Amino acid sequence: MLEKFTTIRGKAVPLRGEDIDTDRIIPARFMKALTFEGLGQYLFYDERFDEGGNPKPHPLNDPRYRGATILLVEAGFGSGSSREHAPQAIKRAGFKALIGESFAEIFFGNATAIGLPCVTLAPEDLEVLFQAVEKDPALEVEVDLLAKEVRFGDRTAPLSIPEAAREALVEGLWDPIGELLEAGELLDEFDRRLPYPRRAE
Amino acid sequence: MGKTLYEKVWEAHEVRKLRSGQSQLFIDLHLLHEVTSPQAFGMLKDLGLKVRYPHRTFATVDHIVPTHDRTEPFQDPLAQSMLEALRQNTKEHGITFFDLGSGNQGIVHVIGPQLGLTQPGMTIACGDSHTSTHGAFGAVAFGIGTSQVRDVLATQTLAASRLKVRRINVEGRLAPGVYAKDVILHIIRHLGVKGGLGYAYEYGGSTVEAMDMESRMTLCNMSIEGGARIGYVNPDETTFAYLEGRPYSPKGAEWEEAKKRWKSFASDPDAHYDDVVTFRAEEIPPTVTWGINPGQAVPIDGRIPLLEELPEEERPVAEEALAYMGLKPGQPIKGVPIQVAFIGSCTNARLSDLREVARFLKGHKVKKGVRALVVPGSEWVAQKAEEEGIAEVFREAGFEWRNPGCSMCLAMNPDRLQGDELAASSSNRNYKGRMGSPRGRTVLMSPLMVAAAAVTGEIADAREVFGIGR
Repeated sequence: MLEKFTTIRGKAVPLRGEDIDTDRIIPARFMKALTFEGLGQYLFYDERFDEGGNPKPHPLNDPRYRGATILLVEAGFGSGSSREHAPQAIKRAGFKALIGESFAEIFFGNATAIGLPCVTLAPEDLEVLFQAVEKDPALEVEVDLLAKEVRFGDRTAPLSIPEAAREALVEGLWDPIGELLEAGELLDEFDRRLPYPRRAE
Repeated sequence: MGKTLYEKVWEAHEVRKLRSGQSQLFIDLHLLHEVTSPQAFGMLKDLGLKVRYPHRTFATVDHIVPTHDRTEPFQDPLAQSMLEALRQNTKEHGITFFDLGSGNQGIVHVIGPQLGLTQPGMTIACGDSHTSTHGAFGAVAFGIGTSQVRDVLATQTLAASRLKVRRINVEGRLAPGVYAKDVILHIIRHLGVKGGLGYAYEYGGSTVEAMDMESRMTLCNMSIEGGARIGYVNPDETTFAYLEGRPYSPKGAEWEEAKKRWKSFASDPDAHYDDVVTFRAEEIPPTVTWGINPGQAVPIDGRIPLLEELPEEERPVAEEALAYMGLKPGQPIKGVPIQVAFIGSCTNARLSDLREVARFLKGHKVKKGVRALVVPGSEWVAQKAEEEGIAEVFREAGFEWRNPGCSMCLAMNPDRLQGDELAASSSNRNYKGRMGSPRGRTVLMSPLMVAAAAVTGEIADAREVFGIGR
């Protein structure tokens, strides 16, 4: 039985910047591995560390945000590559949800498929949330996928998420493999009917 | 009301609705490479599952292969282990693997079309965002994550949601020295890197119809840089002529049947589009990027925008880009010095790309101090280029002629920028750190423009350097 994601509560870390691409989230050189293990430590590596490995000023290096489980981002987050390594690194670094203005398509799908909810807020609500968290890093933020709202301090903002993804997350259907397998012989029918490339003799 | 190709292909491949409301979509052709697949095979094993239809999956190795010395074991043991894992996984599961030295190894998005694996009306998936390339054939082709690679291996299906369709018309004739690469950079510059979110892009109009298949591949390849997971062109006689006689293309009576079927997938004249945008070919200049995403581009004659000329929401990223690139607002892009010239990648490393550059490069020399590389898209492309004397033209000019792979485009092999080197590149992403150095800089452009930069040592107008059309 998969975990059902209904509400996610925790501290949030504000990560400003539009169109943050997957190469920044996890530089390609850290993908030279046969598993996703240990990816969390390389999250935003080149933004967080200089070439000598010394920490640079970055929200993820800021002790005030240590222990945060919600990542706040702006628009176009996760653009570029299809690497699942990106959401895997975020999840393995301890994050349980992302709140942003918009997400790149493949990133969003990959995140949902590993049980990492990505929700969006209207730009003005998102800005209020950013400022609130920047002012008070200890502020507790709550993502409620049932009530479809984000709550923080005394504020409540309606969140958006494609209904199929929300359904999958709250019902524990986010990893579709079980349901895909249920199609059984129907798959054989499609395999028989649809052409596939064959090398001529 | 007619239907778009996207709708027709979707309907032919929708197995059933899932409880979440998504669709279970059958994937005709699944392509694998060494970076995004080993974890998927690991997941299969954990679940005790097999590859359900191994005849629908094909694999090659491209991202991590050294392009200089391919002797095994590679100097990088991690790279070697990824190659070994793919060999082992494909062997164990009965999947065709185009290995190094097979004559068919290459960048996955180059070999699919080249071998005739990519065919109209197909659904195609690969753990790589540039899978959109295959849309050039009228296929619905898109990148997937590793968990979905697992899903496709185990069931030949995945959970998907339907996209909207935006028709992008390009009408008229491209000026000499202007290529498909310029067209797509121009489109992204105008529609933005987030413009395609939620859309599949259908490219059409007289300019696109007149393009050869390899140009259409360049166009569809960078749909993802415009935010669109899918880009496609309706199949036509150009498509069929390209496919005829390829190793995996249908033959004899099956060929005629296939053509009839393929034609039926083309969008109907009265199809409904969620959005329509039109560009004029004559207005498309050779286009180059100046920033850290592919939408930050200008005509080669242009200047880097002043911050106040940009919409307010674009200014922070523009400032970040200028600081990273070491460029100033209002500065002409022409004349910016380069240290590296890279011709390669799934965007522009096909035979026609190399032929076109060689045609003009003959008699020119790479400027002293510039490191210039050509990385052909596949072993087949490399071999043809040798046979046609193209490779020799590049070598003669001072380019390093390398073995096929993704190379410096994402620098998972030893080919990478050093320090803050600036590369003129025919690849697809100018993201920070993309070419292997956390401070490395990339300027995207057509292969001929890369050659012009290599020859002059700075960002240059290929039309001036090579005396084209003026």
